[in-house]
Amino acid sequence: MNLGQLVRKSETEWWLPRAGKMRVPGILFATEDLLRDMDDKVAEQVANVAALPGIVTASYAMPDAHWGYGFPIGGVAAFAAEAGGVVSAGGVGFDISCGVRTIRTGLAVEEVRPKLEALADTLFRLVPCGVGSASRIRLGPADLDDLMLAGAGWAVAHGHGEDGDLAFMEERGCVAGARPDAVSAEAKHRQRDQLGTLGSGNHYLEVQAVAEIHDEPIAAAYGLRRGDVVLSVHCGSRGLGHQIGTDYLKTMLAEAKASGIELPERELACAPLDSRTGRAYLGAMRAAINCAMANREVITQFAREAFAEVFPSARLTLLYDVSHNTCKEEIHDVDGSARRLFVHRKGATRAFGPGHPDLPEAYRDAGQPVLIGGSMGTASYVLAGICGGPAFASAVHGAGRVLSRHAATRRWQGKAIVRDLGNRGIVLRSPSMRGLAEEAPGAYKDIDRVIEAAADARLARKVAKLIPLACAKG
Amino acid sequence: MADAPRYEHFEHQADIGVRGHGRTREEAFEQAALALTAVTVPPDIVATIECVRVSCVAADDELLLLDWLGAVVYQISARRLVFGRFRVSVAGTRLEGELWGEPLDVARHQPGVEVKAATAAALRVARLADGTWLAQCVVDV
Repeated sequence: MNLGQLVRKSETEWWLPRAGKMRVPGILFATEDLLRDMDDKVAEQVANVAALPGIVTASYAMPDAHWGYGFPIGGVAAFAAEAGGVVSAGGVGFDISCGVRTIRTGLAVEEVRPKLEALADTLFRLVPCGVGSASRIRLGPADLDDLMLAGAGWAVAHGHGEDGDLAFMEERGCVAGARPDAVSAEAKHRQRDQLGTLGSGNHYLEVQAVAEIHDEPIAAAYGLRRGDVVLSVHCGSRGLGHQIGTDYLKTMLAEAKASGIELPERELACAPLDSRTGRAYLGAMRAAINCAMANREVITQFAREAFAEVFPSARLTLLYDVSHNTCKEEIHDVDGSARRLFVHRKGATRAFGPGHPDLPEAYRDAGQPVLIGGSMGTASYVLAGICGGPAFASAVHGAGRVLSRHAATRRWQGKAIVRDLGNRGIVLRSPSMRGLAEEAPGAYKDIDRVIEAAADARLARKVAKLIPLACAKG
Repeated sequence: MADAPRYEHFEHQADIGVRGHGRTREEAFEQAALALTAVTVPPDIVATIECVRVSCVAADDELLLLDWLGAVVYQISARRLVFGRFRVSVAGTRLEGELWGEPLDVARHQPGVEVKAATAAALRVARLADGTWLAQCVVDV
């Protein structure tokens, strides 16, 4: 990225001044090195978002930002309904409520390592992953409507989850205001046998070891000790969310035109929050958020079955569940006033600080766990939200790619990746060697640099570093 | 032959661009669909033994391409089919398409990443100076 267009405010905060049709400035959080590696498209997309009606304070980019479509991936923007603000399907993305959850196992690395191959095989057998995989659970139309309304609570009520998990999800596993009537028949059809499936691409199920503790008191509150084994899941709302994104992109392109909203690019298609289309999209998107949380809960239950086969003494308890592709209605302090905002986080994680009322009692003093997934073979991180964190309490979501899938398949082969990671003691399972090559660890940014920048910018606090032991990929 | 129908992928950092070239708009749409399916499974290893028919209506060529590729994504996801051949006809604002393929066989097809959606990013349908047609967009994976 050309840094000449930015004004440096600190080591990790850079402003893109208002120009042209921008209504607010852009603010990019990153080190100089990370910014230099970012595509110029990121700044262009930050500026485009800043031009949307009703945007509040600034258009933000996180340290892991990369070129997306419409919004940058790693983009955050909040809109106020009373200021003519909008909701954008492109600002949420197609994989609505894609997110990460981390689950404690109560096991230590030395117990797990001798049976790691058996554990990986069992997880791979019980958790469907990859293109075209189907769930053991088939949803009828009434089930799906109930699930979209009840979220992860639906999974618990139907024996596919545990009641104790719900307190450790954003909005306790069920966001209010879901509207199954605003979801198309096609979207519902795509979901009928995808509940409890991982999907493909960068989605994964990973057995991890707690390798480093950076903040002892917060790690203790989260129940993490060095040498513990945890399980992390990265996936979203599956076909339902993908189709809702597709359906509303088209509707919003027409709505934006009818509302006289000038779109710098079509992927920024949006509708006024206070419009029929805007309200319908919010209802459908919330249905997809609930579906995603239910999906991760069902996968957790499948994983519990797998652990029970291999480690009958294991007790899997949810540390936390975050979504990083959402638009959420939240109250934030803006220039000393509390305002109700619709915060778009596209490839960004909510990071509420200590004392926030949405946090479970156990984490009230520690702040919200912010779960950052790596890619297979690289580290993941547990961070914690900070009081008064910038960008409407938002942080990074992952490492972000540096190489395209094509470039990755030209450079690496799936079998060699299995062998290389195996030599490092990491067990890999996947139905597709091509899928593995596309997801080669070298195709991603160095996550350590991204996390350091996030911590330096005070987006979130470092708590623990997790390293992979076994990974199932789609 | 320079103007023979063909498809290609173009670079996008996190996702993939799909582009079809043809002597007609219809051929370019068919090739763009081949580019999309090639993200997951190479079309030349797919047996074209089943046919699904779809129709789309949209206000302009670019929105029609978006709808068409969206319909292909939906059929792959909802029916668990992979496709190796497409046939498109367009009359006014209406597109009729045939999708030829077979059920996905993970062991044989070794699928790469699934396409979640066709996006409006880099969406373009155009007749080029040499008279050939181009149809493209970025797909979300």
